[in-house]
Amino acid sequence: MSTPAPKGLAREITQFDTRDAARRTIGTVFAVVCFSATVVGIVFLGVLLSDIWKDGAHRLSGTFMSGFPSYLPVRAGIKPALLGSLWTLGLTAVISFPIGVGTAIWLEEYAPDNRFTKFVQTNIANLAGVPSIVYGILGLTVFVRLLNFGNSILAGALTLALLILPVIIISSQEAIKAVPNSISLGAYALGATRWETVRFHVLPQAMPGVLTGTILALSRAIGEAAPMIMIGAAAYIGFSPRGPLDQFTVIPIQIYNWTSMPQVAFHELAAAGSIVLLAALLTLNAAAILLRNKYSRRY
Amino acid sequence: MSPSVIQPPGEIELEARELSVLYGETRAVKSISLAIPDRKVVAFIGPSGCGKSTLLRCFNRMNDLIPGARVEGEALFQGDNLYGSGVDAVEVRRRIGMVFQKPNPFPKSIIDNIAFGARINGYKGNMTELVERSLKQAALWEEVKDRLNASALSLSGGQQQRLCIARALAVEPEVLLMDEPASALDPIATQKIEDLIYELKQNYTVVIVTHNMQQAARVSDYTAFLYMGDLIEYGPTQQLFTNPREEQTEAYITGRFG
Repeated sequence: MSTPAPKGLAREITQFDTRDAARRTIGTVFAVVCFSATVVGIVFLGVLLSDIWKDGAHRLSGTFMSGFPSYLPVRAGIKPALLGSLWTLGLTAVISFPIGVGTAIWLEEYAPDNRFTKFVQTNIANLAGVPSIVYGILGLTVFVRLLNFGNSILAGALTLALLILPVIIISSQEAIKAVPNSISLGAYALGATRWETVRFHVLPQAMPGVLTGTILALSRAIGEAAPMIMIGAAAYIGFSPRGPLDQFTVIPIQIYNWTSMPQVAFHELAAAGSIVLLAALLTLNAAAILLRNKYSRRY
Repeated sequence: MSPSVIQPPGEIELEARELSVLYGETRAVKSISLAIPDRKVVAFIGPSGCGKSTLLRCFNRMNDLIPGARVEGEALFQGDNLYGSGVDAVEVRRRIGMVFQKPNPFPKSIIDNIAFGARINGYKGNMTELVERSLKQAALWEEVKDRLNASALSLSGGQQQRLCIARALAVEPEVLLMDEPASALDPIATQKIEDLIYELKQNYTVVIVTHNMQQAARVSDYTAFLYMGDLIEYGPTQQLFTNPREEQTEAYITGRFG
């Protein structure tokens, strides 16, 4: 009496070499590689942060936050640079957001599909890759000299706005593209104009993505030293800036100055300045996340 | 007009006259002429890619939104050419509503979905009444009256589609174009949409594109059979299904191709 052929999982499959073990191994290896990559990034960030903190934390004080630059390290402070950075960044945001989002809307919703549009599109992508120092030269030529804004916050903000515009435009375009076309068609089919469709359906849905892109771009702007040096942001400012036409400096320049001093105490101040800059950055990113969560409260 | 095209009795609401649609060099609709009577249901049937949806979209100028699409010939609405000079596509779309294949409610509350069209078109009446009336017309009121502020996306697929119908009705159109409105729905939801279409023809002219021949047979008064961009046959639904004049129509409805 022959035994019945095995059934279920016991049945031999002859047509396939499934290599189960090897495939599982490849999967595990891939996960490990990806995890290691993540760890590398986090470790370096951690080392950087702890190093800066170790060097500079003891320099953080009321005097440091409210003081002006000084040749005496104990009296030197970051106040004008911090205010300068905040002024510049605020103005940069006000200038670049409407222009960037406006451009993105035009390119995505209005622009005809022709050579001119393609030309603009390609060049925006190219501009995103131009080194920031080049924007500094442009800012010096156009805003500082030609338009005669001088070494002012306004000139700095306009320069930074140009610098981050391509990033804002591209990320806003991506956010607008991600809005399902069926939503727009639904609005058009009810007799909505293009403006009404964009205003009530496309923009609200794209807003979280637009905001994320804008804030990331602004985070880049706050750390820029090169173009600011180029347009002549001052190394020494003995007063708090009060308006867009005042002279100014920004935290990255202040940090750069302190690191170029011979005394160790100034290097510690530079580390403390870095902590302030990072804190400003993190605050900005936190604000971005809050804003995004507010707008992405989806139904 | 080809011999297989009839002139239906009654007042004509929509009419295509030698209407063609081109996507680039491809002719998706080839010089079609047909007349759609007032307050009747007309179905466009045919295999995928036959041009039925494209023809439908001519009647509310949705083809304008497709880059590279070009319309030749005339599409008449109550005698006026929808593609005539000075005709505003926005106005056309308010008066000739549309429901899409896949339910596409706005990601907002039920009430906002209905109110949007009314608001942009300057509705001056009582919004609460309009919302209730539109939802009742779309046979959705009883299911959602206690949660009008809930998200439209929390509704089932069939409910979402009826919400889209309610939304279209809220701007008080005269014609409703439906592009395979039940193809993404289950049989029970489909049944509800079909019942609804039957109700709607009391007040509206309905043009429905479907690839479900039973559906066309159940809901429509007149049926047009399209194939490769040509109108093969157009006539009273019963006649077209029981006694088609064209061999191709017969082949299609008996399932020999398509």
